[in-house]
Amino acid sequence: MKKRLSGRAAGPTNWFLYLGAAITLVMAALTVLGCFWTPYDPGAMDSLSKALPPCPAHWMGTDNFGRDIFSRALQGMGATLFISLCVVAISGAAGTAIGAVTGYFGGWGDEILMRICDAITAFPSILLALVILAILGPGKWNVIGVLGILFIPSFARVARGEFARCRTLNYVKSARLMGAGPWRIMVRHILPNTAPVLLPAVSIGFNNAVLAEASMSFLGIGVGPADASLGRMLSDGQSYLLRGLPWYALCVGGTIVLLILGFSLLGEGLQRRKPAF
Amino acid sequence: MRTRTLALFLSAAVMSTALCGCGGQGTAGTGSDGANTSQTGGEPPANELTVGIAQDLGDSLDPFTMTAAGTREILFNVYEGLYKPDASGDFIPALAEDCAISEDALTYTFTLRDGVQFHNGTAMDAEDVVYSFNTCAATSVDSSLSAALADLVSADVVDERTVAVTLAAPNSDFLAYVSSVYVVPDDYDGQTTAPVGTGPFRFVSRSVQENVILERFDRYWGEAAKVDKVTCKIYEDGNALMTALNGGAVDLVCHLTTSQVQGLGEQYQVLEGTMNLVQALYLNNAAAPFDDVRVRQALCYAVDVDAVLDLTADGHGTKLGSSMYPAFTKYFDDSLTDLYPHDPEKARALLAEAGYPDGFSMTITVPSNYTPHVDTALVLAEQLAAVGIQAQVVEVEWNTWLTDVYQGRNFETTVVGFDAANLTANALLQRWTSGAGKNMISFQSSEYDALLEQANAITDDGDRTSLFRQAERVLAEEAANVYIQDLADMVVINKSLTGFQFYPLYVLDLSQIAWTA
Repeated sequence: MKKRLSGRAAGPTNWFLYLGAAITLVMAALTVLGCFWTPYDPGAMDSLSKALPPCPAHWMGTDNFGRDIFSRALQGMGATLFISLCVVAISGAAGTAIGAVTGYFGGWGDEILMRICDAITAFPSILLALVILAILGPGKWNVIGVLGILFIPSFARVARGEFARCRTLNYVKSARLMGAGPWRIMVRHILPNTAPVLLPAVSIGFNNAVLAEASMSFLGIGVGPADASLGRMLSDGQSYLLRGLPWYALCVGGTIVLLILGFSLLGEGLQRRKPAF
Repeated sequence: MRTRTLALFLSAAVMSTALCGCGGQGTAGTGSDGANTSQTGGEPPANELTVGIAQDLGDSLDPFTMTAAGTREILFNVYEGLYKPDASGDFIPALAEDCAISEDALTYTFTLRDGVQFHNGTAMDAEDVVYSFNTCAATSVDSSLSAALADLVSADVVDERTVAVTLAAPNSDFLAYVSSVYVVPDDYDGQTTAPVGTGPFRFVSRSVQENVILERFDRYWGEAAKVDKVTCKIYEDGNALMTALNGGAVDLVCHLTTSQVQGLGEQYQVLEGTMNLVQALYLNNAAAPFDDVRVRQALCYAVDVDAVLDLTADGHGTKLGSSMYPAFTKYFDDSLTDLYPHDPEKARALLAEAGYPDGFSMTITVPSNYTPHVDTALVLAEQLAAVGIQAQVVEVEWNTWLTDVYQGRNFETTVVGFDAANLTANALLQRWTSGAGKNMISFQSSEYDALLEQANAITDDGDRTSLFRQAERVLAEEAANVYIQDLADMVVINKSLTGFQFYPLYVLDLSQIAWTA
């Protein structure tokens, strides 16, 4: 029953998938590049090249300390993507596990866990994250932890629906008749079949994580100035928008837009593929 | 799902486009200065002044319970004490004509100026002065002032024009505190909302989050103010203030940063003063490795203060070498600023000598709401990396900073600025004595303690000054902290205005400001 991931769709070409994959690949490649090499030292300050507009030597110009914005954006993308990956990994794994158990077994465990998820969702997530980080203090790992927990319900909900639906399907019944235990059925039989639904959820969750990280860093409670993430750079850049450094915030904002656009298109493309059943 | 994608895309796009909007607005505002009455040249139609201020006078207008520096700054024009500070930091007789100090320096006899009137029309007499001293001692929220007044044995009416103030112990800074005891009428209880003092301007009205209006007080005892009316317009949002400046809607704005004053309209000129605070990389002298004087000196040599000024403020700001800023002309020792020239080699050598040949890791805790301090910390971290010290900048909330760093002393290093609550050397130096509760860095030096004790025990001004200067040198030589700068304070003022004066305190003297013909 496994279905290969592919861009083939019944009907018109799935441009969402192709374009999204292309943008995401380019951004991912740049991020990987940024981990090993940047045109300039991202932290090097130089009073002689302060606040330069974009030019051949500095593609995105330089900031108020004379640091190369392109180099910092490359590095910042790494920080942002790392946080988002961790968040999606934590919330995806935990959410899927919770969704699987609650969806497959149902009963009072389902009720309790889902009401907890409802409670978490009832709060605006950024606001809740703000409160928690205000208590814990800012920092990369705290941001990852908080967002990772806050994003669990969205995955749990999707996974629960799929597991509850698949529970009554014939192939599951057959597996059960063959003597497979519930855990084996969940992991080996149902989980692979939830991919068409879970993958778009992951890509949307990833988007949300990028935005949430950027928003929190923008509000000053995200990562510290040492790990320059995109949100942090946007926050630094916005105060100079009116004061002769507009390209700082614009370039960083553009980078975030591209990142998110790539993943959104990818998610949309995945959704539009021919349904599994 | 398409709407979802769109929503995501939009929310991301908004982050940058919303900011674009601001940029456009700012640019459009430049050059449209038709609204400015003063542009016509010659005498403006109305002899009025519009001042842009960054915060409402929202706390209390009462002279003794007002807390915000921004409130004190404006009401400096409404209230006066028996003495008042002038722009050079001296105390000049105001409501008192003269002051006689007894031999034992315990009794101050003030002769009051004749014919002083309050803004509500009543005449000032000795009863009012005594009432003010007593009310101030009982209600003042300024801790150094109330501590000084706690030594007050009594304030007595000698006759209608004479007041005698008796102290329990000599206090050579007493006149500085007297200048903070604003004199108010003893039969008026509306100070919190409608202040009445004796100053060159009288309070007219305050509209919440909109403006505060002052008018010239025509029966002022001294030289009358030059303008008829001052409107302090409140711009709590920085962008709104910049838009107002670009549109020419205000004549005078203080406390701007170097980047804010760039690209303003032609009708303005920019004056540069100092913020009157000591910005430094404050080191926890009690924590390793900062308990080793060689490490502290190494940090001083590793830091290039000129580069800090260049990178954070385009070279503006005044270099400092000790816990004293240049507005205290008497106490400021210029030679200390070059005690530790930028010398990474020497820094490395000192570190090696102290047992850290490969440097070490440290944290710089900064309050996140103060951009200049955060910027300085970032530059310092970069400079320290050059001598092998890995400095991590940790931003914290102001309240966290107050509890953990200032009160808890739980930090390695921090970048902040300390100001002086009043015009005394003690306001800046007393805090570093070994037993002082405010000695956040736990600086311990018996030599320093002895110098301050000696200085405070004598009354001769010359000797005191030289003792205070010696104490500053001890701070510098012991490298108690890595002293950086007194931040630049940019003032934007209409070119047709004269008479703006920088004070060594956080006040705005409106009385001398005038339109040129």
